[in-house]
Amino acid sequence: MSNLLSGAKILLNCLTRENVECIFGYPGGVTLPLYDALYDYPIKHVLVRHEQNAAFAAQGYARATGKVGVCCATSGPGATNLVTGLVDAMMDSIPVVALTGQVTSKLMGSDAFQEADTFGITRPATKHNFLIKNINELPKIIHEAFYIAASGRPGPVLVDITKDVFQGQAHYTPVTEIHLPGYKVYSEGHSGQIRRAAQMIWEAERPFVYAGGGIIAANASPELRALVELIDAPTVCTLMGLGGLPAEHRNFISMPGMHGSYAANMGMSNTDLIIALGVRFDDRVTGRLAAFAPHAKVIHIDVDPAEIGKNRYTDLPIVGDAKRVLPKLTAELNELAPAMKAKNAAARQAWWKQIREWKEEHPLRPEVSEKEIKPQHLMAEIDRLSGGRAIVASDVGQHQMWAAQLIRFNEPRLWINSGGLGSMGFGLPAAIGAQFARPDKLVFAVVGDGGFQMSIPELATIMNHALPVKIVVMNNGYLGMIRQWQELFYNNRLSQAELSCFPDVEKLAGAYGFKGRAVENAGELPRAIEEAVAEPGPYLLNVRVSPFENVFPMVPAGGAINEMVLRPPQPVEV
Amino acid sequence: MQQIISLLMENKPGALMRVTGLLSQRGYNIESLTVARTLDPTLSRMTITVDVEPQIRAQVIKQMNKLINVLQATDVTDGPAVNRELVLVRVRTNQQSRTAVLKEAEIFQARVVDSTLEGFALEATGDPEKLDEFIDVMSSYGDIEVTRSGIVSMSLDNKKLRLSPPVPRGAAPEEVPEFQSAD
Repeated sequence: MSNLLSGAKILLNCLTRENVECIFGYPGGVTLPLYDALYDYPIKHVLVRHEQNAAFAAQGYARATGKVGVCCATSGPGATNLVTGLVDAMMDSIPVVALTGQVTSKLMGSDAFQEADTFGITRPATKHNFLIKNINELPKIIHEAFYIAASGRPGPVLVDITKDVFQGQAHYTPVTEIHLPGYKVYSEGHSGQIRRAAQMIWEAERPFVYAGGGIIAANASPELRALVELIDAPTVCTLMGLGGLPAEHRNFISMPGMHGSYAANMGMSNTDLIIALGVRFDDRVTGRLAAFAPHAKVIHIDVDPAEIGKNRYTDLPIVGDAKRVLPKLTAELNELAPAMKAKNAAARQAWWKQIREWKEEHPLRPEVSEKEIKPQHLMAEIDRLSGGRAIVASDVGQHQMWAAQLIRFNEPRLWINSGGLGSMGFGLPAAIGAQFARPDKLVFAVVGDGGFQMSIPELATIMNHALPVKIVVMNNGYLGMIRQWQELFYNNRLSQAELSCFPDVEKLAGAYGFKGRAVENAGELPRAIEEAVAEPGPYLLNVRVSPFENVFPMVPAGGAINEMVLRPPQPVEV
Repeated sequence: MQQIISLLMENKPGALMRVTGLLSQRGYNIESLTVARTLDPTLSRMTITVDVEPQIRAQVIKQMNKLINVLQATDVTDGPAVNRELVLVRVRTNQQSRTAVLKEAEIFQARVVDSTLEGFALEATGDPEKLDEFIDVMSSYGDIEVTRSGIVSMSLDNKKLRLSPPVPRGAAPEEVPEFQSAD
């Protein structure tokens, strides 16, 4: 089978063979031939209002499904606008393929109109990137890009394609096999190591499971659950791993780290064995590394060999895919159970008792006031309507931490947030991508008044497609996390933290053609959120929360995670 | 202390940038870098000399091995490996010093590659420390010009090269609605 086709059409055929349903993009000069071919091709294209949001929406799509998200931009400014979204996907290991147009190959390097060195600029922003100047390479490279994005430790891949490749003609023969000799994907795990890990787990008196985004990426939630139930260990899920174990599971403790719970951080600090699954011992989790989990041995299971020992010494590494390794580990544990399980039963019971005490001592409990809307109250209301089943796409800042602490996620791929890069403006476009991916799901975009104002243009995209996204602005009139740090560490000198102008959301939503309202007092809040959820279309809710609330517990930067500040310092009477 | 890294990589545009990018993004300065194709023209062999803090070294090698264009990255600092470098030296001579310079060159097994009334161009190879000495000696005869190649290294270890096999990819072509012909 071989037809003479344009490069643009060959590209679209390859995308179809990669089961691409949806592209988030923005056209431009050099991608005109591609958009012309797209005109009569059955792939859905979502026209966003800024290329950065195309990358974020593609991520929302990928995070909600595990499938590769696809975004598309033109040369020069189109491509440079994608960069934040690519780095964000890189940090959180999200499979995204970005397609960018490049000026005609003869013009490259001549400072042509809308020319930028996209290949060079995006080298450190991607897992891998390609530049196609020869139409014959196109099919092979497109399939390589999708394979690299989705396999191993997932990540973004950019393919830069010159205009003459889109316009050129070539005989198209579908590629059915690709060969990347230097690209190693480790999946199975070393069987000897897995056996030793099983022994270590049964020998531990205070085992502790530390599960992260790798569990979500590997779709290994059922396998994690089976492991955790077999060994009956307390389990924390990181910011990237929330939903990996259902929030309502009896072994789930909550999130560890800078704004993690007391029980999670005390558990991590006192365990004798950390079973680290798809995590990277990030500084926001470990606090001061030298003081992190001082009594613990570490079993680290990760698909990326470079993560082993990167931050924390690993006593027993297993390089492999959690989906493949965890069942083997569970099988080994089962085999050893008759001989070993009872050995430390008493110690483990005491460990659980201790964990429960920590949990009861300082629970993550939403504060509620009748005088004002506490931000935690808002999260509790979202949680009530979600029931652990809604998708929550969050922006970055205080609201993100409260949402992570207080909203339950009983399934993986419900909690969508920019964890590693912490990109403001992420939440709303990510919610758009998630809603396209999961039209059946209730999707909240939980954003702050800062991040929301970075993504207002996408209200048009929401309206265009009548996406029933519920946008909840937690509006405290400040860049809340900045204000919190300025209060706590910079003598409350609030420098450029106040956002004193915010649009009337009823008018704003109305201007785009959908409903919105502001909520000022706590009594109205439950009804207002119920109304938003009941609305068949999009809804914009501006919730005026108390401006000076801080996120606790908090591990100050450079502190050990068992040195949490648990509550606001009490005001001193003068 | 310098770390010497030997890489076998695909001979493709951008491959060099990926390797050097890993070092520059961590703020490391590359002391020397040599690269040329191998017997298989689709592959290149690169040797990098770079000053990396000891606790980061293993991480840098792992990151290089993760690069899709890199087939194998090996730390050859602590051997077993042969490290060689080539240096070209232009040295000015007068009637009195010519014989002495040639004698010194002979000691270092350097070859004369150009000879004029003003002086010589000499070529020497060897391990880098020996070349340092050669350059020191030559500079005692006056102003010299030096071009060094940087270290090329060959590992003497029998490390197995693990390559990934081809993988099937894409939905079956017949399942896809194709554009059937050119417009």
